[in-house]
Amino acid sequence: MGRSFLGNILFYMGVILIVVISVYPFYYAIITSFESGTALFKPNFFPESFSLENYKTVLSQRSFLRSFANSIFIASVTVGFALLLAVTASYALARVTFRGRGLLLMTILGVSMFPQIAVLSGLYELINLLGIYNKPWALVLSYTIFTLPFTVWVLTTFMRELPVEIEEAAIIDGATPWIVITQVFLPLLWPALVTTGLLAFIGAWNEFLFALTFTISETERTVPVAIALLSGASSQEVPWGAIMAASVIVTVPLIILVLIFQRKIVAGLTAGGVKG
Amino acid sequence: MAHIQLKSLCKSFGALEVIKGIDLEIRKGEFMVFVGPSGCGKSTLLRLISGLEQISSGTLLFDGQEVNNLIPSKRGIAMVFQSYALYPHMTVYENMAFGMKLAQTTKAEMDTRVRRAADLLQIDHLLERLPKQLSGGQRQRVAIGRAIVRDPRVFLFDEPLSNLDAALRVQTRLEIAKLHHDMSDVTMVYVTHDQVEAMTLADRICVLRDGEVEQVGTPSELYENPNSLFVAGFIGSPKMNFLTDRLAADFDCTTLGIRPEHITITTAADAVWQGKVIHAEDLGSDHFLFVEIGSSEPLIVRQNGKLLGRIGDALSLRPMPEHLHRFGTDGRPIDKAA
Repeated sequence: MGRSFLGNILFYMGVILIVVISVYPFYYAIITSFESGTALFKPNFFPESFSLENYKTVLSQRSFLRSFANSIFIASVTVGFALLLAVTASYALARVTFRGRGLLLMTILGVSMFPQIAVLSGLYELINLLGIYNKPWALVLSYTIFTLPFTVWVLTTFMRELPVEIEEAAIIDGATPWIVITQVFLPLLWPALVTTGLLAFIGAWNEFLFALTFTISETERTVPVAIALLSGASSQEVPWGAIMAASVIVTVPLIILVLIFQRKIVAGLTAGGVKG
Repeated sequence: MAHIQLKSLCKSFGALEVIKGIDLEIRKGEFMVFVGPSGCGKSTLLRLISGLEQISSGTLLFDGQEVNNLIPSKRGIAMVFQSYALYPHMTVYENMAFGMKLAQTTKAEMDTRVRRAADLLQIDHLLERLPKQLSGGQRQRVAIGRAIVRDPRVFLFDEPLSNLDAALRVQTRLEIAKLHHDMSDVTMVYVTHDQVEAMTLADRICVLRDGEVEQVGTPSELYENPNSLFVAGFIGSPKMNFLTDRLAADFDCTTLGIRPEHITITTAADAVWQGKVIHAEDLGSDHFLFVEIGSSEPLIVRQNGKLLGRIGDALSLRPMPEHLHRFGTDGRPIDKAA
């Protein structure tokens, strides 16, 4: 509105600069994944050759496919657990008055501030104790622990904003807390669930440190570890092409997920229930 | 259908005592209105009856049976909220059927009851819509419909008209009155801060103040014989005029109350008060004159018909002696005969 021509130009130049800087690493990974041989090591802005050789190499490795399946399983189960626990916990935190509620919320937030490396050894002990070392459940447990604080906080905030009258109307209709959560609140919390679920999924999908520490055998690895441990023909050779191809492959599911769910992330689901 | 008894009912939130020992009987099939200024505890009292709020002490009886610890859905109540409180993700039909679904009513029974209520409220063409596709008045009717299908013993209304615009408010008020007529055996408890709603709907009104009952009675009892200054000032629009000091002393009381419609314009010889018109409001059918007679606030005089006088005119006024309300130092009325 009333912006000068020059101002417009500067604005869009700024936009382009930001887009280029943030997209370039991904773009470079994609074009590299289609290159082979020495072309890999030449810095270039446009693809110079095109071959699917790298993809064939990666997909022909059975362990990679296995890791892919592991990742999908672990990330999905993590999201499931995290949402179940977070929804029930946030109902209590948002709607039930009890002593120490504020303190508990703060503790949850505080826990999430510890760096992964600080809890690594303790978590390792716990996992050994539970006898789930080198099993997918080790990762599900540790990812759920790290996802929950964020998920609980976001859902608590959303839950607080749901009108109390709707819950009271349900109580008068004879709903128990569980029915209120599942039949009244969940449908209204969809946007929040999709957002937090997606973030939890991405977090679990990309996590490296725990995945490296808590698995030992090739068949239990997740994708980030598998990619890092991809080896070439000799120990001197780093298979950049294959690494890039693998990275592209594992990023695609995330992009698809985001595209599917972004349509569901619609605001105003509560419109009409109460005034306004 | 239920006779409700409140016996020294108390409610505190922490150290704050909101309801201070209320004794009240609501008769079977009666339309009882709780009215009072904001913060007087009227909504809390309704929520105690509904069971949404725990009773701190005292007893609540429905038909002689104690319901203090009964959960809301077992009390046989239905409630209409100020903000409608419809389930946004359910259609009108599902909204109305939700309670029955939870009670595992058969599909056929559910269908009959929903359709009968929808018919009664003329919302049968809206059954497949979502709340967001409805206007405010339609939403409130759905909320009332959801209450009707529960087939309640007690109907609770928590300021159901406050969110509607003026025209719709009058129309919905009429519908609620009609509903009371149609469901004459259902006890209704209605909370409002609007004394016009209270006067027009109620069989009996309960005026609340600071968590205590100020007066209970039929609308005309409250209008004609308010038993405190507070009730006198709260019931009636425009407000009753209150005269103090010298003007009240002439009538042997601390405060003299006289409603605007009970003052006549008279000749100078007959005048009790004289003053100048400082402001006038013309409503067409009647008009209000604000007359300066030396009291702290101008005396409001109501006259039928169109405004005749002009601002600045001098008037001679005389109260109708049978409509004088005399209050003592404690704010209580002094016996008329005395």
